[in-house]
Amino acid sequence: MRYIERITGLYPREKMAKKPARKAGTRKPATARQKAGRKRGRKSGSAALYAASAKELTAFYRSMLMIRRFEEKAGQMYGMGLIGGFCHLYIGQEAVVVGVQDALQPGDQVLTSYRDHGHMLAAGIDPKAVMAELTGRSGGISRGKGGSMHMFSLDHGFYGGHGIVAAQVPIGTGLAFANKYNDSDAVAVTYFGDGAANQGQIFESFNMAKLWSLPVLYVIENNQYAMGTSIDRASGVTELCRRGDSFNIPGRLVDGMNVLEVRAATEEALAHCRTGKGPMILEMKTYRYRGHSMSDPAKYRSRAEVQEMRAEHDPIDQVKRRLLADKIFDEAGLKAIDKEIKDQVTASAEFAQESPEPEAAALYTDILAPEAAPETERG
Amino acid sequence: MPTVTLIEAVTMAMDHEMSVDEDVVVLGEDVGRNGGVFRATDGLQEKHGEDRVIDTPLAEAMIAGLSVGMAAQGMKPIAELQFMGFMFPAFNQIVTGAARLRNRTRGRLSVPLVVRMPYGGGIHAPEHHSESTEALFAHIPGLKVVTPSSPARAYGLLLAAIRDPDPVIFLEPKRIYRMVKQEIEDDGEAYPLETCFIDREGDDVTLVSWGATMHETLLAADELADEGISCEVIDIATIAPLDMPTIFDSVEKTGRVVIVQEAAKTGGVGSEIAAEISEHRLMSLIAPIGRVAGYDAIMPLAKMERHYMPQVVRITDEVKKVMDYS
Repeated sequence: MRYIERITGLYPREKMAKKPARKAGTRKPATARQKAGRKRGRKSGSAALYAASAKELTAFYRSMLMIRRFEEKAGQMYGMGLIGGFCHLYIGQEAVVVGVQDALQPGDQVLTSYRDHGHMLAAGIDPKAVMAELTGRSGGISRGKGGSMHMFSLDHGFYGGHGIVAAQVPIGTGLAFANKYNDSDAVAVTYFGDGAANQGQIFESFNMAKLWSLPVLYVIENNQYAMGTSIDRASGVTELCRRGDSFNIPGRLVDGMNVLEVRAATEEALAHCRTGKGPMILEMKTYRYRGHSMSDPAKYRSRAEVQEMRAEHDPIDQVKRRLLADKIFDEAGLKAIDKEIKDQVTASAEFAQESPEPEAAALYTDILAPEAAPETERG
Repeated sequence: MPTVTLIEAVTMAMDHEMSVDEDVVVLGEDVGRNGGVFRATDGLQEKHGEDRVIDTPLAEAMIAGLSVGMAAQGMKPIAELQFMGFMFPAFNQIVTGAARLRNRTRGRLSVPLVVRMPYGGGIHAPEHHSESTEALFAHIPGLKVVTPSSPARAYGLLLAAIRDPDPVIFLEPKRIYRMVKQEIEDDGEAYPLETCFIDREGDDVTLVSWGATMHETLLAADELADEGISCEVIDIATIAPLDMPTIFDSVEKTGRVVIVQEAAKTGGVGSEIAAEISEHRLMSLIAPIGRVAGYDAIMPLAKMERHYMPQVVRITDEVKKVMDYS
């Protein structure tokens, strides 16, 4: 029980209910208390909440719901044998990518590890192209050659799902190096998990990012379990926002189940990175409801723990309650949104099954750069 | 006598050796409470305790480096990497540490380390969860590289690997983890690492393979037998150091060789075997050496896997080509 208390301690119950509903459509300047919260940094619960307009709140709700429904469908399709290999669902963590993505500017880059479906959907990539990639079809965003873990869309600033734990972190740091070198004000948002946080290459990346003041935002999605190993069984210091201490990289703990807190913290952190102050770390405390992948013995946590997180901290429910309380939507209105999203997901699943398989000849495509065209005679 | 799958034989061998030798410990990501990503260490922590079946942080370089240090102090660590593709962060420690400590200390330190890793395709996963990069290890002096093709060989060879005084890379063909069962006596009897296994005797052509593709190779031999072609089938089992004399003897008898590997063709273990044969038994050959391999392409995703993996028909075609030559 000790562990559960520690998790839930970060998410004060009733927080949403107790806060007076903010008038929709206005962005209030931060209060003194919020500013103090920012200064105190690491204490969650005191962190600022983003003052979302009704339109923004609705957009957050839609994005998170799209990820959830998409992932539920992906889980079903995996069960039916339509998706091969591995499939890591993002259910429970939706607030993180939706909040972060909304704070980005065009030109910012995003990359993450293998639990990447949500990041892609949040980046605005067509669910059809993501689902067809899961089924390995030529209509997939990587033409059926990437699969669940290896999707890219440079048009959306998405530099990939990466299959090796933590291997994306030096790459994200390199993107940031190029941003600085090219005098761009873009920030490279580099996601990794609590498991990856123990990989040595993270520390090598931190050192270089600090040394060269690189515009990189490290977003640690701490969903509490590295596959089946809980964070307190794997990390000497479990406050991952402090991992930058010895590099003098500021870090901040964020309630990753609350999209408004994620959105506010990201905006601040991006401002830090964008103004030449170097890297920053945001630890998003979150929770994955499903197994690490589709084969997960679930021997490492109790059903009650998962139930409690779902019942009391669900990121979508939090926004839903707010939409209802602020009378932005009534139940019927929310149902209509749900149906619209379900239809979109169903269409993506159909597309993902109808799209043709890649040709055998595709085995040899994109191994090396295509041969240069033969030189033409001059004059 | 228990009837077990290849992966259960792996568990059985570790369990046996942990029971008789206190120096043996198992470490890796999720090997303890969770029983391993493929369940190869299932039940070991309950039986041997958390001090000997150790859940590590997610850090392959550290898992390998730590194991080198443990082994240098006389322990016998068995490190599990969840997939062969995850060995790249650990590769530095394996090559510059594990493989060279004996040489660097002029024999004063040895590294009795086993690094187990599932490898090969067939589970519809992408590149680094499916590839076969055994040649990278085989190229490194100071390492032994072993891969079983049956439950009995998994048990016997893993026991030998644990007892071996040098670092052994133990590659487990995950495609056949649960494909067949065999009766194995849990008697602690190791198989030799120094020799190939002749699975079938024959006169017309020698088929050489290892790991999961032994399955297709034997099926091909069956089909060819029906057509009157007699194949001798060799499982090399220990990829490095390679037992060439057994292969030479067979080549002298048949005069024809077809090598089957799942790994990409160029620079593979098959290339080395072919080169050895041409260096030392050129005059025994009556046909060019045939090779059936994965293509020089990145291991593809599920839908294209069947195009990449050596299928039985590719093996039988290659054998017929070699037979037609002379």
